[in-house]
Amino acid sequence: MKNNIASAFRLTLALLVLCCGAYPALVWGAAQVAPGQGQGVQVSHKGRVVGFEDVGQKFDRPEYFSSRPSAVDYRADGSGGSNKGPTNPEYVAEVGTRVAAFLRLNPSVKPGQVPVEMVTASGSGLDPHISPAGAYAQVERVARLRGLPAARVKALVDAHVQEPIFVLLGPVTVNVLQLNLALDTLTEK
Amino acid sequence: MSTELLGIAAIFGATVLLAIPLGRYLATVYRGDRSWSDFLAPLENGLYRLSGINPAREMSWQQHLQTLLTINVLWFVWAMFVFCFQGSLPLNPDGNPSMSADQAFNTAISFLVNCNLQHYSGETGLTYLSQLVGIMFLQFVTAATGMAACVVVFNALRDRSADKLGNFYVYFVRSITRVLLPLSLVLGLLLVFQGTPMTFAGKQALITLQGDTTAVSRGPAAAMIAIKQLGTNGGGFFGVNSAHPLENPTYLTNMAENLSITLIPMALALALGFYLRRPKLGYMVFGVMTASYLLLQVPTVYLEMHGNPALATLGVDQTLGALEGKEMRLGSAASALWAIQTTVTSNGSVNAMHDSLTPLSGMNAMLGMMTNAFYGGVGVGLLNFFVFIIVAVFISGLMVGRTPELLGKKIEAREMKIAIIVALLHPLMILGGTALAAHLYVSNPTEYASWLANPGYHGFSEMLYEYTSAAANNGSGFEGLGDNTPWWNISTGLVLLLSRYLPIIGPVAIAGLLAGKKYIPESAGTLRVDTATFGLMVFFVIWIIAALAFFPALALGPLAEHFSIGY
Repeated sequence: MKNNIASAFRLTLALLVLCCGAYPALVWGAAQVAPGQGQGVQVSHKGRVVGFEDVGQKFDRPEYFSSRPSAVDYRADGSGGSNKGPTNPEYVAEVGTRVAAFLRLNPSVKPGQVPVEMVTASGSGLDPHISPAGAYAQVERVARLRGLPAARVKALVDAHVQEPIFVLLGPVTVNVLQLNLALDTLTEK
Repeated sequence: MSTELLGIAAIFGATVLLAIPLGRYLATVYRGDRSWSDFLAPLENGLYRLSGINPAREMSWQQHLQTLLTINVLWFVWAMFVFCFQGSLPLNPDGNPSMSADQAFNTAISFLVNCNLQHYSGETGLTYLSQLVGIMFLQFVTAATGMAACVVVFNALRDRSADKLGNFYVYFVRSITRVLLPLSLVLGLLLVFQGTPMTFAGKQALITLQGDTTAVSRGPAAAMIAIKQLGTNGGGFFGVNSAHPLENPTYLTNMAENLSITLIPMALALALGFYLRRPKLGYMVFGVMTASYLLLQVPTVYLEMHGNPALATLGVDQTLGALEGKEMRLGSAASALWAIQTTVTSNGSVNAMHDSLTPLSGMNAMLGMMTNAFYGGVGVGLLNFFVFIIVAVFISGLMVGRTPELLGKKIEAREMKIAIIVALLHPLMILGGTALAAHLYVSNPTEYASWLANPGYHGFSEMLYEYTSAAANNGSGFEGLGDNTPWWNISTGLVLLLSRYLPIIGPVAIAGLLAGKKYIPESAGTLRVDTATFGLMVFFVIWIIAALAFFPALALGPLAEHFSIGY
């Protein structure tokens, strides 16, 4: 028994070195040549870091394409979903309020056609994407507020639609930060 | 929408295709036959030498269990130490505090039993040191513990009459060096090249495009996420696990992570057949598991892709499905796939919030944990399935009026008692825990108001889910539950402990007892266990036990919620 404890203790130490020292060191080493050097892929605009490519951020100014609702208000030093049950009356009412607000903000959208992701909170609270439908529904408003032709803005969305892997696997998305960056660049020209 | 379905078909298909060769490989490695990975033997011999282990010494089933439990106690002490003092230890760039004693207890137990009940958020609750030498260490060694225990049972079934069942340390070490580490390295590299952080820098403050101040949490995440999936532990680096855009940045990483959840459990089921040189037995087990899994999976995908009916009258276009708690880059189909795979395998990582699943999908996730044997956790899933095989053999024996036998060994009263205790412990833990919690809540709803985030039937489901998850050593949650309180930390901690070790001790004991018995050669009257008929028998045994035990509780929670919408 005593022998057993000693062996178990020494094996634990040896495995700590192997699994928690050598293995993460290898992955860390590889990260140094990966995009973003393992720090997360950052996005810059006019020489200033404005965000991470994969981490969503809040866009509540109407001249930007909006992100999805977030249970943590896009504070990325945390993360969280709403954890609301599907039939919770308070939740259903909240979605109703969001639908009304979306229709008010985007008068060109017909009732019944509000894209679902624009009125439901994501799992992480940091979802960087919306669907193409979610982006197209906002084109008229963004173009109007920026004084741009709607066709220009629509073309910009077209260019930012991310196809599924091999055009076959997975959903179609639009990265909101990249779309808004391109929008700012277009407006500044 | 069809690309979403193609995506999940590709994930499932690829997993099965990889599991077959991996199953053969596992059998080779555990038998000690020659394999391409023999170049790792010097590393293993070095580990044995450093630890003073004689790999040639064979152990009885009692010695196996003694060894397993001893090393587990050491790990518990180690983890408690790390979590209780992490605030003053190095690698803490964000200045996170040490854990309270009851939370450290819950966390240490949770990861010790290869679960990931997390009553904290990784961003603020742990330091980088805790993530690596506490959480990630346990993710490796507890997965290997389950695999080693599983191999002991394989051995007992193989040997015609033996009391020596191999060396525990050998199976344990090989599980790490030849399976978990190499696969983790592959997945870890894929993750860093897809954008998952692997850094020791703290969170980064920045000003967003529209001018808000925010900060983004990071850390040495990629290495840990790989083993969290492969070892069916599931504990996330960030609070929301693989729903987090840095933990699971692209659809490709989602495919790879999801595949890693079920890969080893599937392969182990097949390895049983290859190890015993009865491949049909492995296919029978795999077939029963897959049929049962699909029974839960198919309706869940359908339901999630068809949206939340409670929102139907609000004028929302739900062509993309029910998206509350889900991520756009993953979509409703891949979220539904993950929800069931993570619950049937006792993995517990999530890529969508289960609390917001439509009611019947939430029920299917719970059923995955209530049965806890469809693929199951690495090693332990097969041990649970083994218990059901014993029960099915016994019932079949009674039906045809013969002494029940499994692979030439008589199943007698002692083995049956152990099997039934293990089979019934699970519902007892789930229903007993939920009943106590519900009683407490009802007797003083104001005091415990912070427990439940949702009213009515769904609130009950939140409590039921938590104990189901603890008893299945799963770790996912209906996270609306306010679970970082002494009641939840301690009660689920106890459930976790009992539900981990008894279901390992029981099957190993049964197998050890069987191994010591006289071998009876097969005859025309022998019950053949590697047939579809017997597979059907096991299938019904599992589902009947689950239905009898859990239907009333499910009727009060998810079923009542479902019918309250009025489809």
